[in-house]
This record gives sequence, C-alpha cells and structure tokens, in this order.
Amino acid sequence: MKSDKLFKIVLLLFGVLILAFSVGIFLQLFSGAWKSIQQNGILFLIKQVWDPNQEIYGALPFLVGTLVTALLSVIFSLPLSIGSSLFLNEYIKGGWSVIISSMIDLLASIPSVVYGLWGLFVLVPYIRIVENWLFQNARLIPLFNSEPYGVGILSATVILLIMILPYSISVIKEVLKMVPNDIKEAGYALGANKWEVLQKIVLPYIKSGIFAGVGLSLGRALGETMAVTMVIGNRNALPASLFDPANTLASVIANEFYEASSTLHVSSLIYLALVLFVFSFLINFMMRLILKRINAGMIRK
Amino acid sequence: MRKLKNLIMTGLLALATLICLLPLLLLLYYVIKMGISSINLDFFLNNPKPMGEAGGGMLNSIIGTIIVLAMASLIGIPIGLVTGIYLAENKGTKLAEWVRLATEVLVGIPSIVIGILVYGWLVKSMKTFSAFSGSIALTIIMIPILARSTEEVLLMVPHTLKEAAYALGASRWKTQWMIVMKTAMGGIVSAILSSIGRIAGETAPLLFTAFGNQFFSTKLFRPISTLPIQIFTYARSPNIVQNRMAWAGSLLLVGMVLVLNMSAKWIGYVVLKRRNK
Amino acid sequence: MNSEETTIRAKEFSAWYGDFKVLKNISLSIPTNYVTAVIGPSGCGKTTFVRCINRLHELTPGAKVTGELRLNEKNIYQTDPMQIRRTIGMVFQRPNPFPTMTIAGNVMAGYTLNGIRLKTSEYKEIVEDSLRKAALWDEVKDKLNKYGTELSGGQQQRLCIARAIATKPTVILFDEPCSALDPIATGKIEELIRELRSHYTIIIVTHNMQQAGRVADFTAFFMMGELIEFDRTETVFTNPAKSLTEDYITGRFG
Repeated sequence: MKSDKLFKIVLLLFGVLILAFSVGIFLQLFSGAWKSIQQNGILFLIKQVWDPNQEIYGALPFLVGTLVTALLSVIFSLPLSIGSSLFLNEYIKGGWSVIISSMIDLLASIPSVVYGLWGLFVLVPYIRIVENWLFQNARLIPLFNSEPYGVGILSATVILLIMILPYSISVIKEVLKMVPNDIKEAGYALGANKWEVLQKIVLPYIKSGIFAGVGLSLGRALGETMAVTMVIGNRNALPASLFDPANTLASVIANEFYEASSTLHVSSLIYLALVLFVFSFLINFMMRLILKRINAGMIRK
Repeated sequence: MRKLKNLIMTGLLALATLICLLPLLLLLYYVIKMGISSINLDFFLNNPKPMGEAGGGMLNSIIGTIIVLAMASLIGIPIGLVTGIYLAENKGTKLAEWVRLATEVLVGIPSIVIGILVYGWLVKSMKTFSAFSGSIALTIIMIPILARSTEEVLLMVPHTLKEAAYALGASRWKTQWMIVMKTAMGGIVSAILSSIGRIAGETAPLLFTAFGNQFFSTKLFRPISTLPIQIFTYARSPNIVQNRMAWAGSLLLVGMVLVLNMSAKWIGYVVLKRRNK
Repeated sequence: MNSEETTIRAKEFSAWYGDFKVLKNISLSIPTNYVTAVIGPSGCGKTTFVRCINRLHELTPGAKVTGELRLNEKNIYQTDPMQIRRTIGMVFQRPNPFPTMTIAGNVMAGYTLNGIRLKTSEYKEIVEDSLRKAALWDEVKDKLNKYGTELSGGQQQRLCIARAIATKPTVILFDEPCSALDPIATGKIEELIRELRSHYTIIIVTHNMQQAGRVADFTAFFMMGELIEFDRTETVFTNPAKSLTEDYITGRFG
C-alpha cells in the first residue's frame, strides 16, 4: 500500500538522521579541537599545567578533578541508594513507600543550577565548618591537609552525591520489584530473618541492577556541570587534598569558554570537551557490555 | 545476636532513606524561604535594573525561557515522537539497533558538550548568540530522551491489538495511528511533559548559545536571557540583591519543573489505573 | 449443504520461519459452511497454517511460504493481503477489543480502520446484526457507548466475534478462542460457533480434543508441520486411518 511505503520511508529517514548526528558530533568536536591536538597531541592528557596567560594547556588537573569527584560520589552513594531502596521496597508498605519514592524522584528533576545555588549558599558554609574541624584535628592525613575554603573537591563530591542518588535508587528499586517472591519465602522458611534474606539472597540476585545503577550514576556524575562549577572553587591545578579548590572537565569549560581569548585557548577547551565526550562514551559502552555479560550469566543460571 | 544484627540493619536502612530524603527537604525549604521574600509583582513585570536600583525583576528571563522552550518543543517533540515510533515499529532490524545505539550515545553526552557543539555549528556561522541556537541545543537533548520513552510506551501496547487490526485488513499506517497511538496516548503525553521538564532546567547548553541578555528581547536570532542562566549569573554576583533574585528565580524554575514532572507522573498513573480495570 | 464445495484449498503449501520449515507440503480442502477443527500437539504448525490463510504469518520477519493457498479459487498469495484480510475474520486466543473504542466502535472497527464511512442507519443496523449473531446484543444493547474493556472475558470474546462478523466475511478463523475463558463462557462460545456455520466457513484451532469433538464437523490432525489426517470428526476420533492419529487421540503423547 502506498501510504505504508511512505510511512516506512519517513520513519527510516528520521532514524538515519539521528545516526548521522552522532557521527557528526565526534567530527565537529575533533575539528574544533584540531589546533590544540596538533599542538599538544595525546600527551595533553597528562600535562598538568593549564595557564592561559602563558598559553600552556594540559588536561590532567581536570581529569583528576572529574574522576575524583565522580568516583567518590558514586562510591559513597552505593550504601545510601542500596540501603534506601531496600528499605522502601522491603520494609514499608505501599502508600508510604510510593510517597517517599516520589519525593526522592523529585530530587532528580531539580535543575542543576538550583543545586548549585543552594550548594553555594547553604551547603558550603557547613562544609567549611566540617573542613575546619578536620583541618584542626586530622591534618596529618594528607587528604585533609589544605587550607579549607569551603568550596572545593569535598563540596563538589557532596553535591554530586545528592544529585545522583535518585538515579541509582530508581534503578535498584525496579530490579528489587522483579525479585520473585518464592526465593525470599524459601529463605524465611529456612529460618532466616529479614536482613539475612536480604543480604544473602536478594542482594546477590540483583547484582546486575546495582551495577546498572552505578553505571547510570557515574554517567550523570561525569557530565554534571552547573552545580559543580558553582561549588568547586574553579582553580586550574591538581588538587592535593579534599579541601582544595579544583575544576572538572565540564566546569572549566563552563567557566572559561566565553572569555577565552586566543584560538589556542578555545581549541584547547574544545579538546577538553572532546575528551569528556569520549570518556562518557567509553564508560557508557563498557557499562553496557559488562551488564550484558552479567545478565547473560544470570540467564544461564 | 542475629536478632540484634537484624534490628541494627533495619535502623541503618531507615537512616539511609532519611539521608536520601533530607537534601530534598532542605533544598526546598531554603528555596522557598529565600525566594519567597523576593517574589512580588516587580519580579514578574520588570526587567533587571542596574545594580543599586531597587525594583528589578526577571521578566526578560521568564519570557526568554518560555520562548526557548517553546521553540525547542516545536522541533523536538515531532522528531522525538517519530523516532520513538520508528524504534518501536522496527525493533530487531539492524538499522533500528544502530539508531537505538545512537540515541543512547546522545543521551549520555554531557549537556555542556552539546552546547559547545551548537556553538561551533550555529553561533560561529551566524556570528551571534541567539535564542534559536539555544533552542537547537535543547532540542538535541530532548530528542533522544523523548524517543526512548515513547518507544517504551509504545512497546507496552499489547501486540495482539495490532494483530487484531491487521486481521481486519487495516494497513500499517492506519493501525499505527488509530490503534497503537491512541492506546498509548496517555503514556505519550506523560513522556512529552517530562521531557519538557527535563530541558526546562538545563543551563549548560545555553551558556554559549542563547548566552543571556541584560535587556528584554524576544528576537529569535539575538542573545536572549533565560531563567537558568540568569540564576547562574546572579548566584555568583557579589551583590546581595541579585543573590536574592537568584533565589526567587530558582523558586519559579523549581515550581515550573515540579509542575511539569508531577503532571507527567499523574497522567501516567491515571492511564495505568484505567488500563488495569 | 454440499460438502464437495470447498472454500479454502491448500496445495503443496509450505511455510518457514527463517530456516525452520514449520509447514511441510500441506494439501487440504476446507469445506464450505462447516466447522473444521485443526488439532495437534504444541508446535505442530496448526496456528501457523491458520495465520497463513489471512496472511498474518508474513508479518513476522523471516517468514516465507511456497505452494498454493486459495480462497474461493483466488490465490491468496497473489492478492493484496489487506483485501484478503477483509474477507476473512479472525478471533484470537485472548480477547482483544480495542481499549480506546466503545462497544459499538469495536464492532465497526473493520470499517473505520479501513476508512469506510457508512450512513448512520447502516451503521446501527450492522452493529445490531453483528451483536445479535454473536449472542451479545441483549447484554450490551443499553451500553453500546461503554468501552469494550468493561465487559467480562467471555463477553469480550463475543465482542471480538461480532467485530469479525461485522465485515461480512466468508471465512472465520478461530485461534484457540476459549483458552483464556472459564467453562461457562467456553460453552457459550462453542454453541455460538455451531450456530455460525450456517453463514460462514469456520476453522478452529484447538488443543482441546473434546472441544473439537463437540464443535467440529471435520477435523484435520497436524503433527510436526505435516497434515497426518483429515476427515469427518467422528471418523477421526473413532476410527482413525493413521496410527499416529490414534496415538494422539488416545493420549499416548502430548
């Protein structure tokens, strides 16, 4: 039928459009970064000085800033998201569980810039107090061995932590719902108490879900820009401790792009964007691969 | 001993939940508390006044946000929907798998990278920041999100309904529009609303595209002010009055986003209830 | 009723899903205005055969057919599939009324989906006629504007039958129509099928042999994609010609 053929073609066209787009993105970033790539090569990634005044550009401070904040926030979010997902799904009945879950979901819809505003004026002063205390009393630990400003890696990590919680919680809750009741009941029938059933039967069963939640959170944490820019202190150097102001790939771009004067500066910033793009893509890809492996393994079981 | 452990763990889990809930409550509390004092008629009707003068507002940002969102939705909603339909209809074909991969890649791109991209494409060639380029950036973010959720909703329409339609001699086209889309309509509306809610809060992609504007402007091809950008600027300003306006702007923005997302959820819930009668 | 008259004729008809040959050289003549049951163990190809008749089979990617399949001497596979489907009605395993249409709307779906507009009087006439023929009119005549999904399972299935009848087909295909229904609803549908055969040629796929015995005039026994035996139902059940048939009937295998 003619209209069917037309229908198929239109759909195909849109599909191809999206495909072409993704390829175009890489090319566009690459060409924009070309000047800096020519200048710096791949060693860009380990050069640790970023000084626009002297036209020296290296990505290492930002890679470290990005990785440290993202990884720390994801690691600390694990116990919190697993814990609350378990609590909401296994310990509370329907009505309240739905209400609290919806509220936590709302966290995900709050704009990043509002988190930044709140972070800057409400969270940072508190963190400064904590940092001061730690500086006074625990200075010997290298992690705490800098002048506490309030803004810095620690604040950025905490804000990221808050922002990624709803994502992993929603993923983990979904998988929890799919755990068949009979394996839980089998555990109870053997005399286990609630926590033991959860710990030894349910948690291992949802391993892949937890991993998916981690992947999702990590992806989010890597790309988060506004809130991080507002609380990380914007310093272009390798952070030596948790209290140091720093920058992530995303935050330095947000901070310097408009005022970037020279073409090399702009090109280097685009190079950073390219790195960020490739990085997120790779992590995304790897997570997906590992997830497939885990799921396949579970089906075999 | 085991009993004790069980009890402690229960407590810890409850604590974890509380900790997750706390930031939301604190955040909303502060946004409301700090913002409400600056929300008045001036806020809605006036444009920013130079530092030092009282009575400024965020009218230009409010209108700007509406314009940019409207343009982005105009382009993004049809493309997102059609892509979602394509993915749902052609599940399993090689091309569809590539397209799905592409949408997943796009979803994972940090929004600031999208901003840089559109800067390179549009801002440089048009030689100006513009509301238009801002909307395009938002559209790029919106399309994969909407496509994925549309696909999900469409796949939930039972296959047997499509077969019943085909058995009556209907064409693919007719089946798609008269049966599948209609059945999935509630879910689709919900998906559209939440995708708009998602882009309403985005700032990073607008930084180098729409850029921002101190003055009132509705020109599509000139820089335009939007709420998120204005909040960002005011938050980092040393001027307390502007800081307060940042809170007020946040209150408005959060309100807008919450309304969009809650309506989306509510519609989704109502549709689910009706279906399962 | 001339049992020599046949509506559907299959000649060396085979069907594939990709490389898997699911129907092997079927040659069969379905008599007009009788009920023919298609029975056999799971996976024997009975549903596939029926779905080839109204060309739903080819909607699965990788599906292929060879051989001849005729409807009233017209080659089904050389005619526009949508035309074929409009002259053949189908009732599915699970009742599937369209949830966004009213009861009346569902009955007339065959027309609306094909863009055929009718005068209001014609519309009402067909709705009532189809619902009467499906033994549903009395139960729903006061709520024609309610949604199809508000009926019970058995009523929904009769609504689907009405929907199939409304387009005035010559053949109606039933694919295990009672497997999702309770015994009372099943009984009503079986009675309905027996009544319908005076107007239509009916083919019913069923895994329930007793049902075939109750409802069908003729029975075709399929196994592993082949037609093993086809005869009057009493013959197949009491005096089958093939030992395979006898084994199946007596329950020697599933």
